[in-house]
This record gives sequence, structure tokens and C-alpha cells, in this order.
Amino acid sequence: MTRPEMAGPGKTAITLAVNGTSRQLELEPRTTLAEALRNTLGLTGTKIACNRGACSACTVWLNGQPVLSCMTLAIDAAGQEITTIEGLAHGEALHPVQDAFIEHDAMQCGFCTPGMVMSCAALLERNPHPDAEAVRDAIAGHYCRCGTYPHVVAATLAAAERKP
Amino acid sequence: MNAPFEGIGASMKRKEDLRFISGHGHYVDDINRPGQLYAYIKRSDRAHAELRGIDTAAAKASAGVVAVYTSADLTGIGGLPCGWQIHNKDGSPMAEPAHPVLASGKVRHVGDPVAVVIAETKQQAKDAAEKLVVDYKDLPAVATVTDAVKPGAAQVHEGAAGNVCYDWEIGDKGAVDAAFAKAAKTVKLDLTNNRLIPNAMEPRAAIGEYDPTTGEHTLYTTSQNPHVIRLLMGAFVLQIPEHKLRVVAPDVGGGFGSKIYHYAEEAIVTWASGKLAQPVKWAAERNESFMSDAHGRDHVSTAELALAADGTFLALRVKTLCNMGAYLSTFAPAVPTYLYATLLAGVYKTPAIYAEVKAVFTNTVPVDAYRGAGRPEASFLLERLVDVAARDTGMDRVEIRRKNFIPKDAFPYQTPVALQYDSGDYVSTLDAAMKHADWAGFPARRAAAKAKGKLRGIGMSTYLEACGIAPSKVVGSLGARAGLYEVANIRVHPTGSVTVFTGTHSHGQGHETTMAQLVSDQLGVPFSQVEVVHGDTSKIPFGMGTYGSRSLAVGGSAMVKAMDKIITKGRKIAAHLLEAAVEDVEFKDGKFTVAGTDRSKTLSEIALTAYVPHNYPIEELEPGLDETAFYDPKNFTYPGGCHVCEVEIDAETGVVSVVNFTAVDDVGRVVNPMIVEGQVQGGVAQGIGQALLENAVYDQDGQLLSGSFMDYTMPRADNLPNIKVGTETTLCTHNPLGVKGCGEVGAIGSPPAVINAVVDALSDYGVRHLDMPASPQKIWSIIQGAPRMAAE
Amino acid sequence: MYDFEYLKPKALAEAASILAGDGDAKALAGGMTFIPVLKQRLNKPSKVVDLAALGLSGIKVSGETVEIGAMTTHATVAASADVKRAIPALAKLAGNIGDEAVRHRGTIGGSLANNDPSACYPAAVLAMGATIVTNKRRIEADNYFQGMFATALEQGEVITSVVFPVPAKAAYMKFANPASRYAMVGVFVAKGPKGTRVAVTGAGQNGVFRHKAMEEALAKNWSADAVAGVKTPADGLNSDIHASAEYRAHLVGVMAKRAVAAAG
Repeated sequence: MTRPEMAGPGKTAITLAVNGTSRQLELEPRTTLAEALRNTLGLTGTKIACNRGACSACTVWLNGQPVLSCMTLAIDAAGQEITTIEGLAHGEALHPVQDAFIEHDAMQCGFCTPGMVMSCAALLERNPHPDAEAVRDAIAGHYCRCGTYPHVVAATLAAAERKP
Repeated sequence: MNAPFEGIGASMKRKEDLRFISGHGHYVDDINRPGQLYAYIKRSDRAHAELRGIDTAAAKASAGVVAVYTSADLTGIGGLPCGWQIHNKDGSPMAEPAHPVLASGKVRHVGDPVAVVIAETKQQAKDAAEKLVVDYKDLPAVATVTDAVKPGAAQVHEGAAGNVCYDWEIGDKGAVDAAFAKAAKTVKLDLTNNRLIPNAMEPRAAIGEYDPTTGEHTLYTTSQNPHVIRLLMGAFVLQIPEHKLRVVAPDVGGGFGSKIYHYAEEAIVTWASGKLAQPVKWAAERNESFMSDAHGRDHVSTAELALAADGTFLALRVKTLCNMGAYLSTFAPAVPTYLYATLLAGVYKTPAIYAEVKAVFTNTVPVDAYRGAGRPEASFLLERLVDVAARDTGMDRVEIRRKNFIPKDAFPYQTPVALQYDSGDYVSTLDAAMKHADWAGFPARRAAAKAKGKLRGIGMSTYLEACGIAPSKVVGSLGARAGLYEVANIRVHPTGSVTVFTGTHSHGQGHETTMAQLVSDQLGVPFSQVEVVHGDTSKIPFGMGTYGSRSLAVGGSAMVKAMDKIITKGRKIAAHLLEAAVEDVEFKDGKFTVAGTDRSKTLSEIALTAYVPHNYPIEELEPGLDETAFYDPKNFTYPGGCHVCEVEIDAETGVVSVVNFTAVDDVGRVVNPMIVEGQVQGGVAQGIGQALLENAVYDQDGQLLSGSFMDYTMPRADNLPNIKVGTETTLCTHNPLGVKGCGEVGAIGSPPAVINAVVDALSDYGVRHLDMPASPQKIWSIIQGAPRMAAE
Repeated sequence: MYDFEYLKPKALAEAASILAGDGDAKALAGGMTFIPVLKQRLNKPSKVVDLAALGLSGIKVSGETVEIGAMTTHATVAASADVKRAIPALAKLAGNIGDEAVRHRGTIGGSLANNDPSACYPAAVLAMGATIVTNKRRIEADNYFQGMFATALEQGEVITSVVFPVPAKAAYMKFANPASRYAMVGVFVAKGPKGTRVAVTGAGQNGVFRHKAMEEALAKNWSADAVAGVKTPADGLNSDIHASAEYRAHLVGVMAKRAVAAAG
């Protein structure tokens, strides 16, 4: 496990724990977690849409909490459990939120969807039975230009119903 | 047991969703090619300046830099073409200034590309771009249409005197003037349609790749219409013949119009990858989206309505100034003319209409079609004017509409502004919307709101749009430099599964599902056995892409036509196998049957025979079961409907909350109700965004003040109510599916409904009209400035 | 962003010494405003000193004070049963900063060190008369905020915690900028050990400020009506495409009135 206490400028070896797997990378300290996931690890499910923390498309989990990967340095995420959209399903079995998104047509172009799913799934972890307002609040940081919000709310409430 | 219903009318879950939901969507910036370099575009930070020189030496010497190009390097490259030519009132063609790929001689808007740096990494390209020294001489700039037409205004282009691109008219001026002269009442309204920034969540991106062994160029791009890009870029900009240019538009993260157009970056990466013989990738940062994606709307209008004493509309007169921005984007000239002024009849039988539209250049980002394109501008103007007419004449706003509706038995209906509507029933959508919205119960809700200190208002719009664009002959006569047919190739494979190749493009619309349902329904093939392929010029014969709610009406109709050919051929094969006359063979539910018998062959049996033609009429019929059709629509389609919005205003802060929204639309036949609901809700979200939140603001010097998400407000989940969607159907009479289109109705019908509700809520304050967006500050100012008619 | 040397010291003294020794070194807390600044290349630090390993997060509640470690996230403050019990207004304020994801990274220390003129925490600190504790000293709120993005912190000085005296009554009302969702106007009212105080964020050209006229009115009569009668001058208030100075001045009154009503 490489968790540098000093690094750079220039490339440094770090280790990231992504979706339960330890991954070795060589990165400049200025690399964001979103860039490391997409460009170095090929996990392109995490999207960069504003790169300033204003749209939440890049949401991943750090130790189970939703965070903005474009606003987090990769090097700062070393030593923490990172979960991306690619790691949310258990093998073939989708997460209940993923299933419900399909059931309720909660995505259109799909670009904001991975981040949106990560936020909705995190909501159900901390609040298994949210009401519609709680769902709207949990996704208030997300922009979906296709305007799928009503279906996202319906899907998340349905997933909560379905969760044991 | 019957097979599950999965054809036309079923809410099938979307085929595309599994890859999106699991992070396996395949968008341009997710693609990386071996040996790929990165381009960074240096953009003008000036709105208007002479470009006196660019010192590239330090940038070229910067770490990792492979090349730096300016306009001087782009020899032999054409400018970006405009696809539509409008003619002035006097018959002369519009001003059509050159639109260089990289700015040459002058920069004309903030964001105008001046140079490109290509390096081994994106950071290196960006690091080097900071070392470019650009020598500008600032010029006075002009940002708004009203400033642009003032005497002495700064001139954006030498070839466009007074900044006028065109001065165009439609309708019968004499008849309108005569009607106004004798009208019992006239109503006049000045209004603006606010400028919007599309902001698809996926920023534009492009990758150019060149194979020197074949001479083939490939462009991966975020486009709604890859064949159009191939045509425009290949023929007009880079002179690459079609067979050596492949354009791929894979998953695209939203377009809303902004990804129709051919942009400079596509040409830059294609050209540079050829020159460097290495793939070159460019991906916009969000601030570049704000300053380089084509914006939308931006009209300033005066509208006048002449009425008879009983409220019958006699004539409509409209004068509009519209913003083209600094250069003509691909479809820009068509938007405020043939997609706007031709819609000014709306759902009303106004006998005389005359509109003048003056398009002007400004030092702003080019303006082109954005969801709805011209039609939201028309519906906002007309539906506001009708509400104001009701108010000014003391009529009920519902009754004035009913009185003037084109009745359902009047179709086909010829409007005074060129269009001929084929079908509609405006009373049915009005009645249904009022019922679902509980219009009758509103006074009680208003009283309840008042009791808790809120101002509540209700408003409606009864709108119409024209989409399913478009008949090639008609648009050709109106100035289009392309046809607007669509293409489908239906390939029935030997085992009976089907691949559909469509020239339309799905970037959120769910075509992979809807079109598979259509083919499943018509060919009787299970939904799971149909695959829809789009977005690659090397796979699809041709196509004009997706915009103007055309994909099902035009693209789907092309599929029907291709399937008809499949069925015709299949009947011949079946007749041979069943030893019957072709005319006795019927096709239904996936089976070819000899009429009146139980002798039949399934489509898969016919397909297998077609590919293994041992027992086959080989002398008369080619093997294989693979048909292509081009479909050119006979008319536009005319969705319409009624949107009802209910708002509450916090009078202390000016905050408007949409508390109820009901949309009842006639979109023709519905293939997938779940998808239609999502499309309408999405359009309404954008419409509420325009009405309450969004505004692209330039300062007097042409700097974009709303240039990031910190200042440009788009709707979020907590800005929107649950949006109720209903449909009432009349079928389109001129396409084989009866479909009309649903992608834009939400954005067209909703803005006037919202503002009509806001004005209604402010009725105690003497408000007659307000322009969008109805921001808290604007509402507060109105309330502050208003005489306190409500004595409280 | 420009590349930099990254350091993640484990001891406060070490972090402070790096920052003290190099004026171009910058501290990184949650990064929610610092990382965007770096991305816009508005800042070119020689070193970025990550404060995450210094053990500076945590909440301690005594009878009279709530002490929040500098690296405690907004989400932690918002969810803390102790904070909700002692100063519910503070938990609520933290729960309305940014959005869910921002709240899991953004920290109270980062917010106060940055002193963004539209941030929420400065209003709470100033209105409750909190004390900023650093590796060097304790700074009273009244001495801490020194204008937009300016504070009393010296080079090499690191916030370690913030101590809030528990007020008898307190509430915060925010009118969010419709686009950024930062405070366009935020008003925190408090009645407690440090007196009756009103702090306004988002509105002032020089960042957070105390509204003396409202404080006087509330000291005499703690009621919504008392602040409703106080007019806020528009002079010195921000003006932008979303809100003029006059509109902001008006909103200060509305938010103050609502905050007093909410505080009970």
C-alpha cells in the first residue's frame, strides 16, 4: 500500500483501492481522482461534465460516502475504499437502484446517470426509507439536462420499497 | 400463453439502459486511440479585436508539444459552411460572411478559436497554450440585437451593413393592415425571448484518426448527425471524399440541438491527425461549452393582434429582431424564419398574418437551434399575446382560446403562413389538461395559498408545433441546402433476427428501444431479436440525423418502407415454398400464410431460405433478405396540446415555485408511453428552466457574465414539481405510422404556461406582462414598483 | 492545474512548519473551493500540504460549548446528534451547505480559512461569537474575519478547531444563489453568552458582517417584528446579475425576520 507522505512534483507511485481491488498507479500529485479513474484505470463510467464540483456527474464513493471525484486529488484518496459505478453491482446482479432506474426510465442520454445512481444508492444506505423530498435533496447537486428528475425520484422510492 | 406484448404501445424497458446504468456507455471522451495526442484550443478572451499576430515560439518549445497551428497553417481549408440560405424582402440573398476554422484577421466573440496546441498530454497542451502570445487590437463590440441595429453600432462583418444578416418577411401585409384598420380592438405586446445556453451534460469532444495505408480519415464526434458532418466537413472544409471519411457518433450525452452543427474542432482534429499521422483528441472543458456551443433563442419582438368585438382574431402582425451571433452556424438562418414565423398561426384560425424578421450579427457565440428551435419563440409570443388580449378585452382566457381554435373538422387546414396542418383536436387536449389540472378547483387553492401568505396563479398554453422535418422539395424551395429525408436499412439475418440501421441518431431519445418495438411489431419478430444500429457512416447507408422531433416520423417511416420491401420479397419466397400465387400469400404476426389455409412459413424460415437458396426462385429473385429505403416526408407533422402550470410566489422574496404542472399533448401514435412521458417531462424541465431560471447575459463589451454553472442557472431536481403527462391522440395522416413527435413539445408548450401563471399570480399588482426568466429579483422589483392594488 | 509537491504530514507542528517556511505552500483541507482555484490556474503553489492526517476532526460538546475540529466535514456536523441537541441551527446550517457530495468533503476549517464572502459558516461563527483555535492562539470571531477571502491567520497558522458557546436561541436563514447555491444572503441570529448578535453573509462586499442595528433592536425586543422594522442600507452590498444591492438589502431583512421567527 503506497500512501505517500511526500510526492512530486512529477509522477509518484500510489495505490488506490478501487471496487475491492488494489491498483498501482504512477500519477502527478495534481491528478484528480476522476482523471485517475478514467484515464489511468480505464474506469470511464465516472463522468466529467463540469470539472468544478457544480454538476455531480463525477460522484463516486469514498469509504461508502458520495464525493465528487473531480474535486478530490487521487493521491488524497489513497488508503480509502473507492467505489465507482462499475463496482456497484454484485457480479451480474444489479444494485436495486440500478434495477429501479431501468424499470422507471430514469435515464435518457445516460451521461449524468452513473453519478446520479451513486448518490441515490448512497441515500438508501443512510436513509432506507426516504420520501420524495429527501430524494430531491440527495440529488440536488446533480444536473440532468434531459430532465429525468421525476423518474429518478420515482425509481429511488421504488428501490427503497424493494430493499429488504 | 400469449407472448408478452412488446410492440407499438408497450412501455418496454430501454435496451440502452444496461450499459448506461453500469458505467459502460461509450461516449467520445471514453475512447482512446493508440498513440493519441491531445489538442487544446486557445480561444479569444476578447469579444471583438484585430488579430495582429500570434507568437507561437515559446509554446512550440514547451514540454511535450508536437505542433501549434494558427489560421496561417490551415492553407487550402475552407470555412465552416452554412446549410440554409434566406432571402431578403427584395429577393437578394442574406449576408453570409466567412466562418474560418481558426480566427483569421479578427476575432468576433469571446471563445472564437485562435490557435490549437497539440501535445502528448492534455496538461502539456494546456501548459503550452499559456505561452502563446496573441497580439490583439481591441475593437468596439456589440452584444445585443437592439444595440446591433443602432446607427453607428460596431460592425461585426464588413459584408453585413448595419449588422443585418437578412431582413425577411412572410404573409400578406396588405390584408393584415386592412384588418387592423377596421378591427374593433387591437392589442400590442413587446416581448423578448431570453437567450439560452444548451449545456448538454456531455461536453463536446472529437477524435481524429488517419490511416496512411488506406488514406482513410475517421472522426469520432459528439454529433446528432454523423452523415451531415461527413458531408459538410468532407465536401466544404477539408475536401475529403466520402469513401475516405468515416464519421462515428457513438453514445452521445445529450444534444438538444447544440450537437447538430459542424464545429471547428471537428475539422481541426481531422486535419491535424492527417498531418501528424497520429490520432488527435479534443474534449471541451465546461467553460468552452459556454463560449463555443451554439446558443439558443434571443429574440426581441413586437406582436399585435386585431380582434372583432366578440373576440374573434382578425389579424396578427409581428416584428422580430433575432440574434445570429458572430457567425452563421449550420442551420441558424432557418430557425427564426421557417421554424418560427410559419408557426405564428398556432392553433388559431387567424385569417391574416404578417411577420417581419430581421437577423443581425453580434459579437456573441453563434445562435442556432436549441430544443424546439423557433417554435418555442412562436408559442411564447402567441400564447402570451392571447392571454394579454383576454386581459385587455375582459374575456376569459380559456374562452378566447376555444372561440378561435381551428375546429377539428377543418383539417387539412391551410394557415396564412405557408403550413398546412394535417390533423389535430385542440379542444380534446384543452379539456383533458384542464381536467387533470383541476382548473375548476383553482380558486379554492388560491384562497388557501393566500391564507398562508402566498400568491398563487394558474396559466395555460394551447400550443402547436411543426416537426418531423421535412419535405425535401419544400425546404429546398425555402433555402435549405440539403434534403431532409431519412434512410433505413433492415437486415433480416439467416436465423430471423434483425438488425436495423438508421440514419437518425439517439442521444437520449431511446431509439434503440422504440425503433426495435416498431420493427418487432411490424415483422412479428421478438423485441429481443431486433438490434438498432446508429451513429456510424461506415455502417449506415446515409441519413440526416436527429433533431426537430423527426426520428420516428421520418426515420421510422423509412423503416416501414424498408420492411414493406422485406415483406414483398418474403411473400414471393413464401409463395414459391408454399406453391401458391404471390397474391394469395398474406403476412401477419411474423408468418406468411396462404389465404384461407393453415399453410404458412415463418419469417425466419423465409430468411433462412433467402440465405440458403436451394429451393428458391433464383431466376426471378436475388438471394438475401436485406432492404434499404429512403423516405421523404410529405409534410411536417403537427403535434400540439395544452400545458397548465400552477405557481406560488413568495411575495417577500419574489421566489416563484412551480407547484403543479400538467401537460396533455397530441403526439400522434405513441410507440412507448414510458419514453414519451420521459421526453415530455424533460422538455418541460427545460421549458421551466427558460421561464424561471436560465439567462445568457453578456455585458456591453461582449463578455459572457453567465459563463459557468456558478452563474448560469439550470433546473435541478428541487426546482421541479412532479410533471403530470397525458396524451390525446389524432393520427398524422401522411406518414405510415401516424406518429407526430414528442421530443420538443415540452420545451415549446411550457414556457408561456409558466409565465401566464406568474402573471396571473401577480394580477393584484397590475402586471400585464413580464419577460423570462421570472427571476426572484425581477418579481420582487415588480411587486415593489407596483401600486398596491391588493390592500393588505 | 499546475503540478506541485504534495505533502501529507502526520503532525500539526510539521504541517505548520512547512507552511511557515514557504509562502507559496498552501494548505489543503476538503478542497471544495481550493481545488477549483487550482484548476483555474489562479494559484501556483509550490507545495500542497494536506491536513487530512493530523487528527483534526471530531466534535466535543460540553455544557457550555461545542468544539468542532477543523477537519470535520459538513456532513458530520449536520448528522451529529450532539450538535443537533446543543446548537440545532448549526447542524441545520451545515446540512444546507452545497450538496450532499460537497458536504462529505468540505470542512469547517477549510471554509473559515478561505472566508468566501458567500460561505455559510462565517455567519454562524460571527453571530455566536465563536473562537477560532489555531496552532498558535485563540482568535475571537470579531477579530478573525478581515474582509473578502481575508482572515487574521498568519503564514504557518493552521486552524485546529472552532469553539462555539452554546446560545439560548439561534437560527440561520439562507437565500441561495439560484445557480451556485452559495448564500446570496444568509443571516444568522443568536442570543447567548456573547450577547444578541446578527451576522450577514453573502451580501457584503467585504464578506461577513455584523448587523448592529438589528442587534440593538433584538436586544431590546427579541421578535421578528423588531428586525422587520430595521432597514438595511444597500451601500456596501454586492450587486451582480442575480441580485442588486437593493434586493440584497431587502433580503437581509426578510431572512433576519424569518431567522428570528425560527429561533423562537
